[in-house]
Amino acid sequence: MSFRARHLLGIEHLTQEDIGSLLDLSDSYVALNRRDMKHSDALAGLTQINMFFEASTRTQASFELAGKRLGADVMNMGLQASSIKKGETLIDTAMTLNAMHPDLLVVRHPHSGAVNLLAEKVNCAVLNAGDGRHEHPTQALLDALTIRRAKGRLHRLRIAICGDIAHSRVARSNILLLGKMENRVRLIGPPTLMPAGIADWGVEAFDDMAEGLQDVDVVMMLRLQKERMDGAFIPSEREYYHRFGLDADKLRNAAEDAIVMHPGPMNRGVEIDGTLADDINRSVIQDQVEMGVAVRMAAMDLLARNLRAARQDEGVMV
Amino acid sequence: MNRIVFRNARLIDPETATDDIGTLVVEEGIIAGREASGDQGGTTVIDCAGKCLAPGIVDIGAKVSEPGERHKESFKSAGLAAAAGGVTTMVTRPDTLPAIDTPEALEFVTRRANQAAPVHVRPMAALTKGRAGREMVEIGFLKDAGAAAFTDCDAVVTDNKVLSRCLTYARSLGVLVIGHPQDPGLSAGASATSGKFASLKGLPAVSPMAERLGLDRDLALIEMTGARYHADQITTARALARLERAKAAGLDVSAGVSIHHLTLNELDVGDYRTFFKVKPPLRSEDDRQACIAAVASGLIDIISSMHTPQDEESKRLPFEEAASGAVALETLLPAALRLYHSEQIDLPGLFRALSLNPSKRLGLASGRLAVGAPADLVLFDPDVPFVLDRFKLLSKSKNTPFDGARLQGRVLGTWVDGLRVFGGEGA
Repeated sequence: MSFRARHLLGIEHLTQEDIGSLLDLSDSYVALNRRDMKHSDALAGLTQINMFFEASTRTQASFELAGKRLGADVMNMGLQASSIKKGETLIDTAMTLNAMHPDLLVVRHPHSGAVNLLAEKVNCAVLNAGDGRHEHPTQALLDALTIRRAKGRLHRLRIAICGDIAHSRVARSNILLLGKMENRVRLIGPPTLMPAGIADWGVEAFDDMAEGLQDVDVVMMLRLQKERMDGAFIPSEREYYHRFGLDADKLRNAAEDAIVMHPGPMNRGVEIDGTLADDINRSVIQDQVEMGVAVRMAAMDLLARNLRAARQDEGVMV
Repeated sequence: MNRIVFRNARLIDPETATDDIGTLVVEEGIIAGREASGDQGGTTVIDCAGKCLAPGIVDIGAKVSEPGERHKESFKSAGLAAAAGGVTTMVTRPDTLPAIDTPEALEFVTRRANQAAPVHVRPMAALTKGRAGREMVEIGFLKDAGAAAFTDCDAVVTDNKVLSRCLTYARSLGVLVIGHPQDPGLSAGASATSGKFASLKGLPAVSPMAERLGLDRDLALIEMTGARYHADQITTARALARLERAKAAGLDVSAGVSIHHLTLNELDVGDYRTFFKVKPPLRSEDDRQACIAAVASGLIDIISSMHTPQDEESKRLPFEEAASGAVALETLLPAALRLYHSEQIDLPGLFRALSLNPSKRLGLASGRLAVGAPADLVLFDPDVPFVLDRFKLLSKSKNTPFDGARLQGRVLGTWVDGLRVFGGEGA
């Protein structure tokens, strides 16, 4: 295994080999998860704490299930309201939890870089479950695994990422990962939702779906946050759907065997047509959810191995 | 008679743009000439051994956190830091808690400064009450009480009618108004400059155009009212073009830039290092180079520290939530010397921007080596290298972006009105 890092904070610092080994291990966990007996003891005896400073149902459930299947003691902490309102800082919260000797901290936070900051202050492995609009590495890895299994490869593909690129950590992690694996990435969205400096990213940008989707192998749709819909970034929900919502008609521009992806939760009729999302011949959205659990198992397994190795080097009993 | 003779000094004179070895004589706190005439009683002779002697720095826009946040910086700690940094006059900001917006508050600050600070302190006052941008302060009373200039600092007055009336009133009194050219709408919520770096790091960012928009607005109102105006920080190439045009049109405008925007760029933020979060945010390398060229040409008049003390708590936060600002009184000169060592600005040019121009703009007599000027002086070795340790700074707050940085240039001595306020005996 080449992945030797202490934390998984983003795709930015991963190599092609790191990504390959994470995905290979994930494949074996997909197989495990399809058996009746879905248990391994890779994390036996370890404590995993899920710290979510931002509401999440799906990602938190995915991490919780992944930890439990690997035999970890899992605790969920919803921190959106409680301690923040009491004026406790992020560092204080982290130090408090650190004193409970967790081994894996899974952290989601509304501000970019917050997970990096937290990782500097604790002595366990930290896994970024999404920080602001910065990175969401396990989402990019599960997307990559889904593509690799559906397409048989993860290189030399034409991949379109569509929608609210500017505010999306999913887009950033995917752009980095797909670029590292030598794919051609296109970004499609209204210019108000495109990040600045896009020309320097090694991607192609489009503001027209028909043009951008031409001959692509993979279409990744992004969620449009409700608070961005009325007037501020786009004129209206219905105009957005008309111009940027994915339906069968627009999809005809893509390659015949193109797959459709979405990180969920979907706004049916805003960024994607409901029937298309459910079309088992095109949509791999349910597969993404399945891959999510496997990828998180693999990531935590590797982080735990690195953690144990580091502690052994330091002469600490595990 | 109290007399000091600085012998064998490399005299950096921004007024004559000269840099020559010579002698400087100080009598009763006033610069008396360049010739030491015979031996007289009460004379202290300092052999400068060829080190640089320059007019002390006049720093417009230093924040001392009194009243309100004395745990971050007091007049004593700021004054000691200034003396150690060769700053002989601190022109302090009114963005304290509460703001300096009444003659009474200004008198408090003046009294505290006189008690505690070893250097000159010239406090500025707010332009509007509470820096809220609605009603003008008592500009006349505050001027009489000694306000050096009027500014709402980073709280931009958004209502053009309010600002135009403030400027019109200020014009009649001949006082200087300092603006913060930044369009508040465009820059709302931003903690970085928009571009590839901010986008990759996922930081909410502002287009550099917000500065030009802010400056354009201010310049239009200056053209309308004829007030004396100084832009606190111009940090982008786009805004420089507008500044040049306004100066050519004969408006009474000047501009400053912070030392951080001259020596750091947006990439220095790296992995969300909050000590590099300043206002306006650090810019691209192209903008930094344009600002250096503008200081060298004189288009930008003034370099300042924009000294902004912040405690550890307000910086140990996610980047977006962390407070802006950096301490810089002690690092201003060594950081500015980077521009000298990179051969982009010569020493007289640097001291024109650090000492002479700010002094002239505020109508002070200092900032010169001319006969009759107050003996506010700094003696420094521009070459001695060191690695900065932030915990050795004299400021109460240690939020410097230069922690661990290699710098060149150390202050050996600082004199205020001929009294030594920093450095031991001799050179």
